[in-house]
Amino acid sequence: MTLQKKPAWVALGVSSLLAGAAFAGSHGAALSGDLKIISDMSNPAPRAVMEGMVADFQEMHPDLDIELTIVDREAWKTQIRNALGANPPDVVNWYAANRMLPYVNAGLFADVSDLWAEPEFEALASTKGAMTIDGAQWGVPYTYYQWGVYYRKDIFDELGLSEPTTWDEEKANCEAILASGRKCYTIGTKFLWTAGGWFDYLNSRTHGYDFHMALARGEVPWTDDRVRQTFANWRELIDMGAFIDDHQTYSWQEALPFMINGEAAAYLMGNFAVAAFRDGGLTDDQLDFYQFPKIADVDYAEDAPTDTFHIASGAQNMDAAKEFLRFVVSVDNQTKINGGDALGQLPVNANAEIGDDKFLQEGFDMLSNNASGGIMQFFDRDFPAEMASVGMEGLQEFMVFPDNLDDILARLEDARARIYE
Amino acid sequence: MFPTPIEKRPRSAQLSYQAFLPLALILWLLPLIAVANFSIKPEADFVNGNYWGMPSSFEMFSNYGRVFFESNMPRYLLNSLFITVPTVIGAVALSAMAGFALGVYRFKGNLFIFFMFIAGNFVPFQILMVPVRDLTIDLNLYDTKTGLILFHIAFQTGFCTLFMRNFIRALPFPLIEAARVEGVAEWRIFWYVVLPLMKPALAALAVLIFTFIWNDYFWAVVLTQGPGAQPVTAGITEFNSQFRAAYHLMSAGSIVAALPPVAMFFLMQKHFIAGLTLGAVK
Amino acid sequence: MTYATVPDTHPPAPRGWYKRNQIAVTPFLFLAPAILFFAVYVIIPIGQSFWISLHEWDGLGEATWVGTANYERLLGIGEQNMDRKFETSFWNNIKWLILYLLAIPAGLFIALFLNQTVRGIRVYKSLFFFPFVISQVVVGLVFSWFYLPREGLLNALIGLFGFGPVNILGDPSLATYGIIAAGLWPQTAYCMILYLTGLNAVDPEQVEAARLDGAKGWRMLWYVILPQLKPATFIAFVVTIIGALRSFDLISVMTNGGPFGSTRVLSFYMFEESLSEFGFRMGYGAAIAVILFFIMLAFIIYFLWSMYQDERGGR
Repeated sequence: MTLQKKPAWVALGVSSLLAGAAFAGSHGAALSGDLKIISDMSNPAPRAVMEGMVADFQEMHPDLDIELTIVDREAWKTQIRNALGANPPDVVNWYAANRMLPYVNAGLFADVSDLWAEPEFEALASTKGAMTIDGAQWGVPYTYYQWGVYYRKDIFDELGLSEPTTWDEEKANCEAILASGRKCYTIGTKFLWTAGGWFDYLNSRTHGYDFHMALARGEVPWTDDRVRQTFANWRELIDMGAFIDDHQTYSWQEALPFMINGEAAAYLMGNFAVAAFRDGGLTDDQLDFYQFPKIADVDYAEDAPTDTFHIASGAQNMDAAKEFLRFVVSVDNQTKINGGDALGQLPVNANAEIGDDKFLQEGFDMLSNNASGGIMQFFDRDFPAEMASVGMEGLQEFMVFPDNLDDILARLEDARARIYE
Repeated sequence: MFPTPIEKRPRSAQLSYQAFLPLALILWLLPLIAVANFSIKPEADFVNGNYWGMPSSFEMFSNYGRVFFESNMPRYLLNSLFITVPTVIGAVALSAMAGFALGVYRFKGNLFIFFMFIAGNFVPFQILMVPVRDLTIDLNLYDTKTGLILFHIAFQTGFCTLFMRNFIRALPFPLIEAARVEGVAEWRIFWYVVLPLMKPALAALAVLIFTFIWNDYFWAVVLTQGPGAQPVTAGITEFNSQFRAAYHLMSAGSIVAALPPVAMFFLMQKHFIAGLTLGAVK
Repeated sequence: MTYATVPDTHPPAPRGWYKRNQIAVTPFLFLAPAILFFAVYVIIPIGQSFWISLHEWDGLGEATWVGTANYERLLGIGEQNMDRKFETSFWNNIKWLILYLLAIPAGLFIALFLNQTVRGIRVYKSLFFFPFVISQVVVGLVFSWFYLPREGLLNALIGLFGFGPVNILGDPSLATYGIIAAGLWPQTAYCMILYLTGLNAVDPEQVEAARLDGAKGWRMLWYVILPQLKPATFIAFVVTIIGALRSFDLISVMTNGGPFGSTRVLSFYMFEESLSEFGFRMGYGAAIAVILFFIMLAFIIYFLWSMYQDERGGR
């Protein structure tokens, strides 16, 4: 907080006054007019969630004319620019952290700091940092999910292994798995980002959250010895043959069968993979989760990407848009949309209930109690867009040709010098 | 006729040709048969890596049912139709006129204008991407069928004009001269003399442009979003979701999407072939 | 070039301005709509792209004038090295342009095979055309599964002949060829149709005459048929070159430019830099497009030159 210290009652009075005003604005005068929403929640389950949210909101505000457009999630990543430029909608989906930056800089997202000043938003404090640029907030989160190692418990049991907590245990486990004729990890790096997850964990476990974020901000050269140390750790696994062969050919889904068929024992992934594992026939007895093990003596940092809603700065119906954002993060709605039968992810509101699912519970516990280093938004959201794309390509090449490391790092350093200026 | 008609060959050659024909077709369409196979598989087969084998359960009705009744596919198909048909009409009309002007008249700059159309045809269309997108936004046509149609007409006009102009060049010129001697107005010459002769070319071009526009993916993504205006090629990706591609539904969707151009070609085959034949460059 | 040469046989009776100038004015009236559309959507945007390429612009905010800096970086003028991604893309484009031409002989071959009049041949021809009309996204998907190192049919097939497994799309030295092979499938179908129409127009009398002279087989094809197919070949050449430049969809589906960027072509790179998920360099992307345009200009000039030669010979 950068506010000057003031008597507590003043701050209290102001905030309750603001809250009162918000209350009057939203409920006193009924909302009317059009509300245009473009959402990228195009998967079957998220689509149902989005449509459900709009239906609920409609019921609360019958005079509002809500127009919901759901677009393909991948396509939206490029279409958002067009959509925000011309005749913009009121509310859109996007991502937290650096992924917001170009739109914030171009003045396309509306500043919603006033929402965050309302008392209800205190329950969202853990995500506030990811939504903040230049001291203001530019949107609200609606869900997030943990990353970690999903593994075949039955294989671990068969080999007498337990969940590793240190790097040495990790490598010892891997030796045993390899000796049994399996690979330790499946991964599909065709679309690059999966390699970003490995780097996030290896780098933050080796040098800590602050170093990782300094690298993301371009404050550390890629040719730094500490970065090389991270890659050296990674290389230990690569030289063991821990990863499946030809992973550069597979998308992350195409790499699933390796684990489902028992040819690989584990997968470093986001929690969304659980549904795919279950569809593939793995039962909860076969599938389990552990936190990425400790490497150096630093606090754990975890990847937990946050998905968000924003208001376009050119929104026609600002009142309704803000009210919709309030509704999205409200306790009841958060409980509802993140439940196991809906998104199956973690609610952003601390007062909401976590879905009844062992992976959700475990993930929530991990993020609340064992992530004191910090929360990373993921490689392609923490690093600026260009650096992320050049970087992930280098990571993929390293995983296939680790001997090219010098060349790769020189290239990334070249890109860093240009991108951050 | 070349090669020698099979009827004139020995009986054994005829039989082996007839036997080989379906075989060759199956070989040629193997990837397509794979798509058809994908389209009747349950999703679990893809997770388990069973791409090529028999479907573990027969899901044709549920897959195609979902494509038709639980997705925006019907809407996308209609969009495609409402984009493709006006484009075909527009491009063929504009280029018939331009081709007439360039093929019949001699005037300063004739070749220059003709070459400009050809050159534009070769332009890597990515160079147009950003300006055309901005233009469409400025015209308030972003994410509308009209925006897409206008661009397609303009871009296809290059190719069509090349084709039309050469076709008209190959027509007997004395016919036009005779009409002029009769004192027939120029636009009437176009309408009553040249246009009827161009029917095969119009049909051939229509089929060709139909397939081009129907299969366009790039511009559909650049100029539209969402089921309001997007054609089926882009709409198929709706089955592709954030983390998981629904391959079985995409396959079913693309088979459905491919049918109209194939049907079009099948029905128009005779005109198509006749038109292309005459329209080829002399 | 001269003015209208059609002699005006009418007596110069007093007529309206339009009537008097009909032959001079009509072509421009007929051309006007096409030129208008073409100028607005093709000619002017080319100029705009050139203009954008002299700026640094993220596509959202204000553009900054940088002169030729984008080109210098791309081509490595001055102290910097040539952009390696650009270099790879350029050579891949060349590979595409050359290898894609294989669709022409392949299409001719299939057309010759199908140019018969047996029962049901119309259906066969239509079905052979099918690959051309199916979405490229799906073609790309199917071929990438076909190439899969373990599950793919390809390795199963070459395994029968005792060759080891290959991972075509995962090998930076092979991936581009794998994609081109996938692209040849629909393109061959296209060329086949063009040749089928061409064969339809082959003059039967000439063929019979040549037959009487004892020509057959290859000699017949080479000396009698192919010259008559020249128009079809020309169109096939044109559409194949254009097709090679539209290779975008296949690349983005099959490898997304990878592994390690080894399958990029200029058009893909341009899209990636300016409009893709992580691309915000409109100016740089436009510069790539302009260079691609200049490469194509070589083809354009060749085509125009050959057409110009034909025109001079003609009417």
